[in-house]
Amino acid sequence: MPDKGKIIYLLVIFIAIAAFPFIYNSLATPVDMKIKLNTPVIDSMKVKQCIVPKEEMRRGHMKILNRWRDEVVRESSRDFGMIDGVMYEKSLQRTCMHCHSNKSEFCDRCHAYASVDIYCWDCHLAPKENKP
Amino acid sequence: MIEKALSGSKFYWAWMSFLLVVILVGVSAYVRQFHYGLGITGMSRDVSWGFYISQFTFFVGVAASAVMVVMPYYLHDFKRFGRITILGEFLAIPAVVMCMLFISVDMGQPTRILNVILYSTPNSIMFWDMVALSGYLMINVLVGWTTLSAQHRLIQPPKWVKPLTYLSIPWAFSIHTVTAFLYSGLPARHFWLSAIMAARFLSSAFASGPAFLIILCLVIKRITKFNPGDRAINSLVTIVTYALIVNIFFVGLELFTALYSQVPGHMQTFQYLYFGLEGHGKMIHLMWFSTFLALMAVILLIVPATRANQITLLIACASVHVSLWVDKGFGFVIGGFVPNPLEKVTEYWPTLNELLVTTGIWSIGLLILTALYKIAISVKIEIEA
Amino acid sequence: MTIDRRQFLKAAGVAGILGLLSSPLFKVFAPGELEASEELKEGGTLSALPLSAQRWSMVVDMKAFPSVESYNKCIDACNYTHNIPKMDTENHEIKWIWPEKYEHAFPDSYDTYLSENIEAMTFLVLCNHCDNPPCVRVCPTKATFKRSDGIVAMDYHRCIGCRFCMAACPYGARSFNWRDPRLFLKNINPLYPTRTKGVVEKCNFCADRLYRGEQPACVEVSGGGLVFGDLKDKNSNVRNILRSKFAITRKPDRGTLPRVYYIIGGHTSTTGCVPE
Repeated sequence: MPDKGKIIYLLVIFIAIAAFPFIYNSLATPVDMKIKLNTPVIDSMKVKQCIVPKEEMRRGHMKILNRWRDEVVRESSRDFGMIDGVMYEKSLQRTCMHCHSNKSEFCDRCHAYASVDIYCWDCHLAPKENKP
Repeated sequence: MIEKALSGSKFYWAWMSFLLVVILVGVSAYVRQFHYGLGITGMSRDVSWGFYISQFTFFVGVAASAVMVVMPYYLHDFKRFGRITILGEFLAIPAVVMCMLFISVDMGQPTRILNVILYSTPNSIMFWDMVALSGYLMINVLVGWTTLSAQHRLIQPPKWVKPLTYLSIPWAFSIHTVTAFLYSGLPARHFWLSAIMAARFLSSAFASGPAFLIILCLVIKRITKFNPGDRAINSLVTIVTYALIVNIFFVGLELFTALYSQVPGHMQTFQYLYFGLEGHGKMIHLMWFSTFLALMAVILLIVPATRANQITLLIACASVHVSLWVDKGFGFVIGGFVPNPLEKVTEYWPTLNELLVTTGIWSIGLLILTALYKIAISVKIEIEA
Repeated sequence: MTIDRRQFLKAAGVAGILGLLSSPLFKVFAPGELEASEELKEGGTLSALPLSAQRWSMVVDMKAFPSVESYNKCIDACNYTHNIPKMDTENHEIKWIWPEKYEHAFPDSYDTYLSENIEAMTFLVLCNHCDNPPCVRVCPTKATFKRSDGIVAMDYHRCIGCRFCMAACPYGARSFNWRDPRLFLKNINPLYPTRTKGVVEKCNFCADRLYRGEQPACVEVSGGGLVFGDLKDKNSNVRNILRSKFAITRKPDRGTLPRVYYIIGGHTSTTGCVPE
């Protein structure tokens, strides 16, 4: 193998490039992810509770939203169900954002941190926020 | 074998670099379109398909036309085409690649392209078009490459190539039939709603594709040491002549039905394309130019003296290709949208950005074509030496 | 789930569907007067029964549209409700419901010497929600599909923007977003999404309003000119009209079975009709 030297040389460069993000992240100072979740609507609630258990929502909200959109648009199944005598609708704009009207805190900060590029807001409208 | 595309004369590299530059311009034009939206093209609410889909339609024909060398050689043992079969197959590959690119750049949401597979819908002709095109690409890559590398190593090609080659024949017909079905099954557009559409597509494909192949053969003969063979070229000329005449005949049938029946819906697009409608006539000159070229080509191809002369043959073949390009690669698609379903006239004309994207894709096609032909011809020369 | 809501509403003593039409009416007549937060006060919770049918259809009674204002009211209501932008060029227009002259709305039955009255009329045209929709047939991703209640719906999440449906529609009812529509929206309805560039859109018979127990936005402000109801129910409002008045559809020869009917003469049958 006459090109042995060249191959090893290039392999080292490749590994260095591939490993760079991991090394960089392990050395970087962790971002402060303290997020203010409460909004006026949430503050006024007697029992502060989401329509889906918090942990389930935190882990699987993207799947839930995907399922909702198919059910609402394609199967005309829009009712989420009743909680404490109130009927909820499967709706990002009308249900989720009604309480979580602080999109920039509630959605964006985490998505930005995780480098998740979502296109929900290309069509769906976020509530107006009074940005500081 | 691929290394043969990586070494070449100064002229070869100059040509490839030129194509790369045009491709880069095309890519940057596409990036602009991606961010701005398809509003950067000349398309509109009324003429909702334009240059991209026209080009796609035309190049499906070029791809399908490979069957005109494959079928005589493999099915009828027509030995003359032995030297150019690979050229036909290698012409089909960039043609299909261009088709796929033209479809992609035409999409409003290109990042969702996999939805066509994810939610595959057999009642949509678009689904079958995807199946037909990707299958045809695979068949041609496999057959062409395997046959050539077997020749390169002076051995018989593996046994599985033969059935695949036979499959490529009906498959070639199917890709263009399915493409015609995209149009001819729509209740909204009188101009396209015609049973002869698939037959017309095939006849124009079998004229324009081989005409381009003849031009390529003449160029190869001139700039390389490989001679595709005058007798092979002569047979191609016969194919082009018949296919062109059949195509003109089919257009004539359409014209008769429309103009003699005098049903307005059937006549309006022809009126628009050749005479103008309600004061709109951007296509008139192009369409008559196309007609003139086709008729001139028929004469040049039928008269023995002009058919035998290389210069006039070259002019004839270029005329066929350009004429059918205007007819199918522009007028056919645009015409279908004029007038619109409410019988109003909105005209279409491509924008600069649209043309840059288009020339970029053409250059990608030419780049692939050049590389593949370089490989094929180097191998052929090597075997013969 | 619908049953749950039905029971709930009964238990809560909420009156029938009709009584609930008043509050959405207010919203349409006074767009923009309410703040987003105000409108979202009831966000996510529901208080009315959904409207349902076996086969939704519409009757356009031309008698009710004598003036530009009479039909513009309907168009404006639709445009606001669905966040339809006003594009800067006609080539990029988005239209769900729009006015056309007879010769364009019914090009196949146009002729010379039609009555002056017909020549002067302006017809509201929209998606016909065909029983046999070509757009649904050609869509490669089922992004447009027919619901069980007959509404031809769009799934904007799935549309790849190939525009095959636009080539297939004999009514020119479909619009493509050639640009980002948000750049051309002045007065935004915070309760309805916009679209994104690169997808096709069209009238959806206000499927989401029906869910909330409201009539389509255009119907609500039409002053009786647009009648919306169940074609399969022989006692429905639309069937009652169609039984007694001569109605036409657009381009019936295409076999699409359009479900938007037009009453042009307004003449009531005097010989009586035979009920089914």
